[in-house]
Amino acid sequence: MKQLLKYSLKRLGKSVITLFIVVSIVFLFMRLMPEEGYFGQGYEKLELVQREAILTNLGLNDPWYIQLEHFYKGLAKGDLGTSITYRPQVAVSEIISSKILYSLYFGLGALVISLIAGISSGILMARSKNKFWDKLGNGYIVFINAVPAAVYYLFVQLYATDIFNLPILFNKSDPLSFILPVLSMSLGPTAGYAMWMRRYMVDELNKDYIKLARAKGLSNKAIMKKHVLRNAFVPMAQYLPASILYTIVGSIYIESLYSIPGMGGLLVDTIQRQDNPVVQALVLIYASVGIIGLFLGDMLMAGFDPRINLEKQGGTR
Amino acid sequence: MSDTKLNKSIDNIDPSLFDFASYDDNMAEKTGYSNYSYWQSTFQVFLKNKVALALLILIIVLVSYTILQQYLPNQKSPTKIYNDVTTGIQIRNHAPSKEFWFGTNSIGQDLWARIWGGTRTSLQIGLLVGIWQAVIGITIGCIWGYVRALDGIITEIYNVLDNIPNTIVMVLLAYILRPSIVTLVIAMCFTNWLSMARFVRNQIIIIRDREYNLASRCLGTPARRIITKNLLPYLVSVIMLQLALAIPMAIGSEVFLTYIGLGLPLDTPSLGNLINEGRIIMMSPSLRYQLIFPAVVLSVITISFYVIGNTFADASDPRNHV
Repeated sequence: MKQLLKYSLKRLGKSVITLFIVVSIVFLFMRLMPEEGYFGQGYEKLELVQREAILTNLGLNDPWYIQLEHFYKGLAKGDLGTSITYRPQVAVSEIISSKILYSLYFGLGALVISLIAGISSGILMARSKNKFWDKLGNGYIVFINAVPAAVYYLFVQLYATDIFNLPILFNKSDPLSFILPVLSMSLGPTAGYAMWMRRYMVDELNKDYIKLARAKGLSNKAIMKKHVLRNAFVPMAQYLPASILYTIVGSIYIESLYSIPGMGGLLVDTIQRQDNPVVQALVLIYASVGIIGLFLGDMLMAGFDPRINLEKQGGTR
Repeated sequence: MSDTKLNKSIDNIDPSLFDFASYDDNMAEKTGYSNYSYWQSTFQVFLKNKVALALLILIIVLVSYTILQQYLPNQKSPTKIYNDVTTGIQIRNHAPSKEFWFGTNSIGQDLWARIWGGTRTSLQIGLLVGIWQAVIGITIGCIWGYVRALDGIITEIYNVLDNIPNTIVMVLLAYILRPSIVTLVIAMCFTNWLSMARFVRNQIIIIRDREYNLASRCLGTPARRIITKNLLPYLVSVIMLQLALAIPMAIGSEVFLTYIGLGLPLDTPSLGNLINEGRIIMMSPSLRYQLIFPAVVLSVITISFYVIGNTFADASDPRNHV
């Protein structure tokens, strides 16, 4: 236990350094953008003096290291700053908190559906290897992996709305309009889970200890439950926490196709509008989510499989 | 089994089977020699998969047609706007017909020519990005996995680069250079090798301390030789798979970049551009052909590459050779 704590602290320390570097680089990249970008449409109408006054007011005329210092001082106090161009004068935390729940709910809904559908169809495929269901499932996996998401999302929206008479755009008060976005979002992950579940189960079923279990007379059901499923689930456990946390990032395609006011397009949108405080806050959040997700995944994997030792610096060298 | 039955089956055995065989020097020699060739077996296993073979032929035909189409007679230009001869008005949204095989788009350009021009652009991008990803990804992955002293530093660089949003790089590049195929390729190359490098690194870590490598090291083989002669051949099949997926991936990310408004300018047709144009007008059913045609061509290309890649990766794994 003590070892685990030491390991976690060490890893946390490293992550903080990584975060610091990432955010600083993004901060400096944003300062490389041309100044016109901060004014949007109004650039032509303003006098040079006015422009300079606005820039000075925003603190953008200071040398970069002073700006960076200001940013980290604000961050230490928990202040992410206020938006410049996306929604001027609104606090960044307010913008993000108004959007994050949409992405979270849609993402979690899609995750639950794809976990259930993906894992059960993976099991079905492994059990009927090289037969009809396996081939059908493989066809689905190939299609989803090969064709860009933008293309099949479009066709789902185009035809599913017609056939099932579902609303084409998201509407807060109409639960029917939630169905298509959640279903389309789960198409991709379902294929992923099914593919990995099948592969790990097939690998596991071919191992010697399964043959022994069968030889000593264990029923098929017991073998599946006690041995195969548990072992096949270990490698998948690593990605589970990250996928849960990543739901807050949202889906840029789905949210713009169904006009859901979520996080999906926010990063791209604010980068293009050079809204530095929002971009920095988002990069900070997304990067931390990625790092924490990976860490939790390792922990979960070690919990599922006692043979895994995270600290071992492997090998003989 | 009853006795009579047993006797009957014994009676049926050919007595010549019990003659002594004569000793043949040449035949004995043959058992000690195998004409196994790695690449030949790979192709043999690949050719056994009829679906992949059919798709391979399809993709060869498609790619050659894509390259040759612009030189064939009676083909229209992908960027020229066609006007009605009598009225002089642009032939907008003309449904597919004998003159315009796939119809025209909203400003009167020939969709057939645009689709093949777009496929050309997208394949170019996919190929360049794929080659870059393979070369840089494998090189860095090998060093990362094999040289322990560098592991910490490269892992740190990986974490940083992996967390910088690609959009920032794209937007910055768009300011520095004019948006073009080259800009797009540079921007996509900036981070796409990361996943490849990480993948190769994880594979190398798994096999780097196997006994045969340990023995090699004890005999004083330099690191470079161990990597190229001991480790990489072991990874051919998994690297093949990643490579084959690089082209559909690159086409997919071109579609994505176009979608968020960072793609190629409209005068350079690409599959991403065409799908984006089709998306804008998809709500009127009579114009849907402008989305469906490019989407079908794109899907055929990406699915073919995906299936061929998977089959080839399976075939290049010596465990699947007979």
